[in-house]
Amino acid sequence: MEKVITANGLTKKFGDFAAVDHITFDVNKGEIFGFLGANGAGKTTAMRMLCGLLMPSSGQATVAGFDVYKQNELIKKNIGYMSQKFSLYEDLTLGENIRFYGGIYGLTDKQIDEKSYLLLHQLNMEHQEKILVKELPLGWKQKLAFSIAIVHDPAIVFLDEPTGGVDPVARREFWNLIYEASARGITIFVTTHYMDEAEYCNRVSVMVDGRIDALDSPLNLMKAHNAASMDEVFLQLARKAVRTDN
Amino acid sequence: MKQFLIFVKKEWLHIWRDRRTLFILIWMPVVQIVLYGFALTNEVKNSNIAILDQAHDEASITIANKIAASRYFNLVKNLYSYNDIEATFKQGKIRMAIVFPSGFRHDLLHANSAQIQIIADASDPNTANTLTNYAATIVTDYQATLNHEQKLPYTISTQVRMLYNPELKGAYNFVPGVMALVLMLVCAMMTSMAIVKEKEMGTMEVILVSPLKPFRIIIAKTVPYLFVSFINIITILLLSVYALDVPISGSVWLLLAESILFTITSLSIGILISNSATTQQAAMFMAMLSLFLPTLLFSGFMFPIENMPFPLQIISNIVPAKWYFVIIKAVMIKGLGFAAIWKETLILIGMTAALLGISIYQFKIRLA
Repeated sequence: MEKVITANGLTKKFGDFAAVDHITFDVNKGEIFGFLGANGAGKTTAMRMLCGLLMPSSGQATVAGFDVYKQNELIKKNIGYMSQKFSLYEDLTLGENIRFYGGIYGLTDKQIDEKSYLLLHQLNMEHQEKILVKELPLGWKQKLAFSIAIVHDPAIVFLDEPTGGVDPVARREFWNLIYEASARGITIFVTTHYMDEAEYCNRVSVMVDGRIDALDSPLNLMKAHNAASMDEVFLQLARKAVRTDN
Repeated sequence: MKQFLIFVKKEWLHIWRDRRTLFILIWMPVVQIVLYGFALTNEVKNSNIAILDQAHDEASITIANKIAASRYFNLVKNLYSYNDIEATFKQGKIRMAIVFPSGFRHDLLHANSAQIQIIADASDPNTANTLTNYAATIVTDYQATLNHEQKLPYTISTQVRMLYNPELKGAYNFVPGVMALVLMLVCAMMTSMAIVKEKEMGTMEVILVSPLKPFRIIIAKTVPYLFVSFINIITILLLSVYALDVPISGSVWLLLAESILFTITSLSIGILISNSATTQQAAMFMAMLSLFLPTLLFSGFMFPIENMPFPLQIISNIVPAKWYFVIIKAVMIKGLGFAAIWKETLILIGMTAALLGISIYQFKIRLA
């Protein structure tokens, strides 16, 4: 299996406080990797290190084959990112958003034209290219944001709680897009608080107090913890946490 | 470079979509110039006065006519008794009264000393001061013609010339002031708000993960505002030349170059503010407090710096607008060249370099 993310003893300390404490894991190409953990467990810090936004304190990690210490510019070119806050420009039209994000990833005008046609077609939004993003319902916005996050065909896309506040139907549709992207070979690295979504992942890791406490497929985790659902697995693990959000 | 242009275009779209703000940005200098030029002027013109002439002789009538004919005064009432003076003031009809005592000409010619009483409404001290000065000047003028005829020995007459601004127009002072204010407002406030808006919306995170260099993001965000401020500079200059009759005595190119320098100073302050502010409101308040007020108070445009207590004079030195104000006055009003303002220019360049350095350094730290 080709590995697109490798982390070995990856650590981030803020003073004496180890936000991320020696985490070690791999993510395979095309995999949907769920990155779970309670608030304050260190998910965001870990994700920021992998995205090249934050320098690790120690340990090794590669993303898309590039080293997080020395090659973070190359990493940035090969990943997509979607944050928990809505990340499109509301006062720009759909077409302008696509053009902007495609453009800053260095796509040519021709590539952008093809991409925006395909993307809008896939979302059934062909005739809405010229409407402002703020006029769309939230579920549609999130689907659009995801499609734009992968407009440059990155090796990996990082999704930070992408479905917060979205209704179950729209969430289901959102996950269909994730499956399609995964089928095209794009690796999905996703954090979520919805445990039904965790069950959609190929493998999940659960972070507790900066460490990875469990890492396996949802089915194996449920077996190992003698639990009927991921919800129970998560609660068993998260209850061990010593540190809190603050 | 192409990515940079795409970013600038996107930034321009934000401004363009928000027509109301754009409209305000473009019209603000026009409104300010018109306000300061025609409404908030501290020039004294056509002030209503009254004259109580108890002498009614040749001398008093000549002086009274001279005063009434001056464009500073407007004779609204001839009084006939001393008691009328206060009553007329209380009615709010006049701002100054002039009293000639009986036997005015006689005293002047035979006793060699005559008196005129000038009574001014000093509830507005500045205007009262200006009015009495104008009136005294007219009297001195009359005296000079008398002396000339009589050839009195040993008189010293002072001749006052108002250099660069012979008509004492307020516009010569406030046009440079408005330029400093508008540039500060547009550049610093608008850029800081534009940057903070991306943080608020969460789009900043996404573009930071993109291959765009943070430095370029910042520069790209400022370019459209640089353009808007350039339009503002041109508007203000056109208005001042054609509507207010304030000529540009020095080099227009030097004026524009210095204005662009000051624009960049303001932009770097805007970036600095955006580094510490997390909401647009916070950014706006910080810009207001740290820029608008100091510019108004310490640039020398409203209150002369020389009259301030020493500690405040020192503080005024760290306000960039003060130096820009000095430069613009020198070039625009006095018509001086670069040789006269190189020191101020150097100070402004130094400030800009320091501010830009700090703000970009801070911006990088925040991304670590």
